[in-house]
Amino acid sequence: MIKRPFFALITLISTCLLSFSVLAVEIKELRSDRGITALLVEDYTLPIISMSYSFRGGTTQDPEGKTGAVRLMAALIDEGAGDLDSAAFRARLEELGIELRFSSSRDFLSGGLRTLRSDRSTAFDMLKLALNEPRFDPEAIERLRDAIRTGIIRSKTNPGSVASLTLRQTLFEGHPYSLRASGDETTIENISREDIADLHKKLFARDTLTVGVVGAISEEELKQVLDETFGALPERSQAAALVEIEPKLGETVSIGMPVPNASVSLIYKGLKRDDPDFFAAHLMNYILGGGSFTSRLYTEVREKRGLAYGVSSGLATFENTAYLTAGTSTRADNQEEAIRIIRQEIRKLAENGVSEEELEAAKKFVSGSYAISNLDTSGKIARVLVAIQNQNLGTDYIVKRKKLIENVTLEDVNQIAKKLLLVEPTQVVVGPATQ
Amino acid sequence: MKRLAFLFVLFFSGLSISYGSEEVPQIKIKDFTLSNGLRLVVIPDRRAPVVTHMIWYKAGAADDPPGKSGIAHFLEHLLFKGTSNTPPGEFSQAVSSIGGQENAFTSYDYTAYYQKVSPEALPDMMAYESDRMRNVVISDEVVDPEREVILEERSGRVDNSPSAILSEFTQAALYVHHPYGIPVIGWEHEIRQLGREDALAYYEKWYQPWNAIVVVAGDVDPEEVFDLAKETYGNVEASSPQVERKRLRDPEVVAAKTVEYSDRRVTNPVWRKSFLTPSYRLAERGESEALDLLGTILGDSVSSRIYREVVLGEEVAISAGAFYQGANRDMSYFGLYATPRGENSLEAVVAAVEAQVDKLLSDGVTQEELDRARKSYLKSLVYSQDSQVSLARIFGSILSTGGSVEDFVEWPDRLAEVTVEDINQVARKYLVNKHAVTSYLLPEGS
Repeated sequence: MIKRPFFALITLISTCLLSFSVLAVEIKELRSDRGITALLVEDYTLPIISMSYSFRGGTTQDPEGKTGAVRLMAALIDEGAGDLDSAAFRARLEELGIELRFSSSRDFLSGGLRTLRSDRSTAFDMLKLALNEPRFDPEAIERLRDAIRTGIIRSKTNPGSVASLTLRQTLFEGHPYSLRASGDETTIENISREDIADLHKKLFARDTLTVGVVGAISEEELKQVLDETFGALPERSQAAALVEIEPKLGETVSIGMPVPNASVSLIYKGLKRDDPDFFAAHLMNYILGGGSFTSRLYTEVREKRGLAYGVSSGLATFENTAYLTAGTSTRADNQEEAIRIIRQEIRKLAENGVSEEELEAAKKFVSGSYAISNLDTSGKIARVLVAIQNQNLGTDYIVKRKKLIENVTLEDVNQIAKKLLLVEPTQVVVGPATQ
Repeated sequence: MKRLAFLFVLFFSGLSISYGSEEVPQIKIKDFTLSNGLRLVVIPDRRAPVVTHMIWYKAGAADDPPGKSGIAHFLEHLLFKGTSNTPPGEFSQAVSSIGGQENAFTSYDYTAYYQKVSPEALPDMMAYESDRMRNVVISDEVVDPEREVILEERSGRVDNSPSAILSEFTQAALYVHHPYGIPVIGWEHEIRQLGREDALAYYEKWYQPWNAIVVVAGDVDPEEVFDLAKETYGNVEASSPQVERKRLRDPEVVAAKTVEYSDRRVTNPVWRKSFLTPSYRLAERGESEALDLLGTILGDSVSSRIYREVVLGEEVAISAGAFYQGANRDMSYFGLYATPRGENSLEAVVAAVEAQVDKLLSDGVTQEELDRARKSYLKSLVYSQDSQVSLARIFGSILSTGGSVEDFVEWPDRLAEVTVEDINQVARKYLVNKHAVTSYLLPEGS
């Protein structure tokens, strides 16, 4: 067996000029006897172990006509396994204070486990059971199906939910990204126990598994845990590959709803996480509407005009598409003005670019915020370890990141602004004034 | 949130507790008081170069003057508008220029502001925060657009959500004239009348060093933080004398009330029942602990009776449960809730939940249930140490709702003392209909 321990000493130097602090997060890359890899940050300050993991292939893997199946399957993972039915399984977790979560996103299935070190053996046994022998009991399936149906019906009267569904349908017509992850009233009735078991078999596999662990566990122990927990899963995932899709821009959709606040979304071009210009776009977005109390949108829409409580922009990146979204929620009488100001600010940024000062401030924020936002609890670090692997960023990413940000020039940002924002956006408004 | 209400305690200085076979490393919490009365609590967590700095004023929406509802929250917004020493935006720029996070929140009993930054920035944060304790500049130019922002906030949070509308009127029914009956954000018609003078009057009365608690959690040395606090907060002079929070007291409630709200946006009905109870501060020794355990056993966990019998067993509810909300400064409540599953009627699910309550009242809880509930509380104590932000929040909210350090230290002991009989007693004492408000969220036309 080839062992390739990889040691990366991660050093984060703060942006403060006068003093600095160093965060030594030693990331160990390890490979178990059965070839399962994981990133580990060993830390014994607290007697806690946090594990995060994911499989590639999320809700976009729903079988045709059975939208919502992956979401339902994911929700059933902690609803009974092996000899333990739902009540027994969850009571056992609760008794030991073991936190086991599992969820689905568009492109991934993700799970997490948090346990006290003293209960680790039971905790990993429970995880193994959940991943390898989920029961998918009819009782649990029907209970969750009912809950999901209730949620689907309720979402129809919520302007935010209606807006995001409309948005997906407009941007990604005909592509799995256009579908609602929870399904609709028809499709969720079509999902059988066999469909659920089949998805489990197809998507839980070792070749798309990534694992990150933080806390009171040694390398040797973890290797054993990896083999015991994940070793019996099929070697290869049968997740279907999706085609890439560009969001459809230039569309305008208005939906009238008898609610006091309108939900407003504007969609521009985006870029994917692996694009070399990613950080230029990230910095641009921060200046536009990403930094909560200092961005251009916040200043113009909220601070100067009081048109909304919240307004922001963000880069949405998926495995097979990307876009930039800007939006707000606002009362009917402010809606037109809020849209006008947001569009105007975006055009201004695209045409005139940003200033050196803005870019410097953005770089400082984007560099400094990483540790402050992502590295202060063991659970968050474990999730970062998984994300680093899923996005192929490299184990030295935490160090490299700062340099990547520093290297972005004003020219880069202004060029990417033109490329992404000088387009006619898709606009979706759900709310009262459009009736 | 509620589960965390009294978690911190174990980490008070010097105390170390073992769970099962393993010893939890003790975290020393240092507690200082400056000569101007400001309280400083430092909770070191040296694992990452991050520090959370929070200031808690012991004044919230329940201290809004009559007719001025929402002023505590309005003022919270205005504290981001600059001071006589600091131009508008400079403080926020200082936070974002190092990638920090900041925000603020207002509740009934406190108003708090925080920044999460790298430790080198702590001196600046303390300087800026101590500056805005006394020197904020409030002009009509900032008040007018901010009032619009707050009306937008209210519209988004309340008008847009039928269940939030029901909550407002449930609170209003639960309290006779105690200010917990008024929304934290304020009634819309009163927000529209709030102005600069109202904000300044509230500021002058409550934003004083004797009314502030500073909590610093993270990669810091307590003595160094104490020195920094003396150099910053220590220089703030009180401009008004210390006053006690005086709130109207409700009479003993002897009439059950019902609140109904119908809305065309409601697709699935909801039932709630809230029983007035004392909070941790007001309860007799051990009562709140027993109420917390009662909540867990009855309906706040997956092995609770309501979940097991009503959600899993009878299959009549999508969700149903119970909880104790003991963290208020004044009277609190014990809540029940349920939403029917599928075609089941609201009456059927309510009957199923009430049957569990009746059964508990007549037969009591078991020792096994008590042990399990207590154990899960103790387990979650260790996890709370993993997040400096949660520790800071827990500690700040306890100290600003009348809790003391001694209460904290004794909490696990008091939890250990609770008996089956104690739980049965609080259940019979407080789950009484004449103290209760029953509320219904209904589809229009039903």
